[in-house]
Amino acid sequence: MTGITTNATLFEQLGGAAAVDAAVDIFYRKVLADERIDRFFEGVDMEKQAAKQKAFLTMAFGGPNNYNGQDMRNAHAKLVKIGLDDSHFDAVVENLAATLTELGVSEELIKQVAAIAETTRADVLGK
Amino acid sequence: MTRIKFGEQFFEAENNETVLNTLLRNNMQVPYGCKTGVCQCCLMRSLDNAPPEKSQVGLKDTQQKQNYFLACLCESEDDMTVALLNNETSWLDAEVIEKTDLSTNVILLKIKAKEPLAFIAGQFVNLRRNDGVIRSYSIANSPNSEHELAFHIRILPNGKFSRWVADELTIGMPLSFSHAQGDCHYVAGQNEQPLLLIGTGTGLAPLYGILLDALSTHNHQGEIHLFHGSRDASGLYLEEKLIALTQKYSNFHYTACLSGEVHDKKYTPGRANDIALQNFPNTTGWRVYLCGQPEMVLHSKRAAYLQGASLKEIYADAFLS
Repeated sequence: MTGITTNATLFEQLGGAAAVDAAVDIFYRKVLADERIDRFFEGVDMEKQAAKQKAFLTMAFGGPNNYNGQDMRNAHAKLVKIGLDDSHFDAVVENLAATLTELGVSEELIKQVAAIAETTRADVLGK
Repeated sequence: MTRIKFGEQFFEAENNETVLNTLLRNNMQVPYGCKTGVCQCCLMRSLDNAPPEKSQVGLKDTQQKQNYFLACLCESEDDMTVALLNNETSWLDAEVIEKTDLSTNVILLKIKAKEPLAFIAGQFVNLRRNDGVIRSYSIANSPNSEHELAFHIRILPNGKFSRWVADELTIGMPLSFSHAQGDCHYVAGQNEQPLLLIGTGTGLAPLYGILLDALSTHNHQGEIHLFHGSRDASGLYLEEKLIALTQKYSNFHYTACLSGEVHDKKYTPGRANDIALQNFPNTTGWRVYLCGQPEMVLHSKRAAYLQGASLKEIYADAFLS
């Protein structure tokens, strides 16, 4: 194994911005089709929502981001009121892992992505 | 209470009132068209406070940064000093060269621009009557050397613009129009890609332009399926032309759908979008064009995406009436 590979960041190992582009289409489709969580996406503007998913994936992939916990709380506050809880957050993380598996990403890297996604749980659920 | 400064005057905005409505209520002269944020006729700029984000939907990044906003979408919570843009030069001159009935309530209007024009089939322009009434219409032809633009004008019973087109506009009369806008158009470079075109009513206009562009300009080789929906057969106003195209191009397929009663076997009963997406349950790799009623467009966008099409390859044009 060369030094370049071992020193590469998570984002680089996943394939950078191109990987995010490939993942967002699959990921958002899984989320919309998931009966456990689809009601939270009713009537949303799909383009805008996809852009948000892309920002989220970039962050979870360890890429450049300006994650703001307060924005995340504000954006999800209405959903928490209508019942958004841990089970739904878990479902999203599950869809994220399934997306990466579909794209041939290794178990090890998927764990790292899931761990970053996990850091947003408290903000998303307003805890 | 929010105060809007326009020129040297101050106006009080009522609760939830848009900047456009505040100005119009005070008899200010402001250009506007659709009042729903699509045509961008009422583009203005804030000279102090940043406008609300939702009033900048669809504007270019560079415009957003300079505090441009659409007055019809702008319900400001902050006081604002607003100004119109110097866009007197943005109207182009044309002359009416054809007006033909396509059906009992759809007119084919053709205009010829005074100078060469740049557009891509499927885009739309704003048409302006000389007293300032403005409406957006999709371009229903592909670019040609004669600088012509064709439109399918649906006559609405109380349509200020469309009734005028029907009753008063005659060949030879001048009509001004704006530069073409919109990203619902054919994209060159993927010649083999299957295309799914779904339109209701005069949503057929941009699709017809896109179709001509694909078939004759770009010699598209992939399969092209067009589903046109109407309540009754009189609304299938391009039936003959489209059937002729299916005979000329073996990769083009046309399905006429009727949501009302169907007495003739050549029509498929049901809604065009439902039928199209049932016929093609897997839209992976397809490019999808959706034009017509906003509800149909929204619903079909979701369905086409869930059935496999990439969001970036779904092009939509919601028609407002």
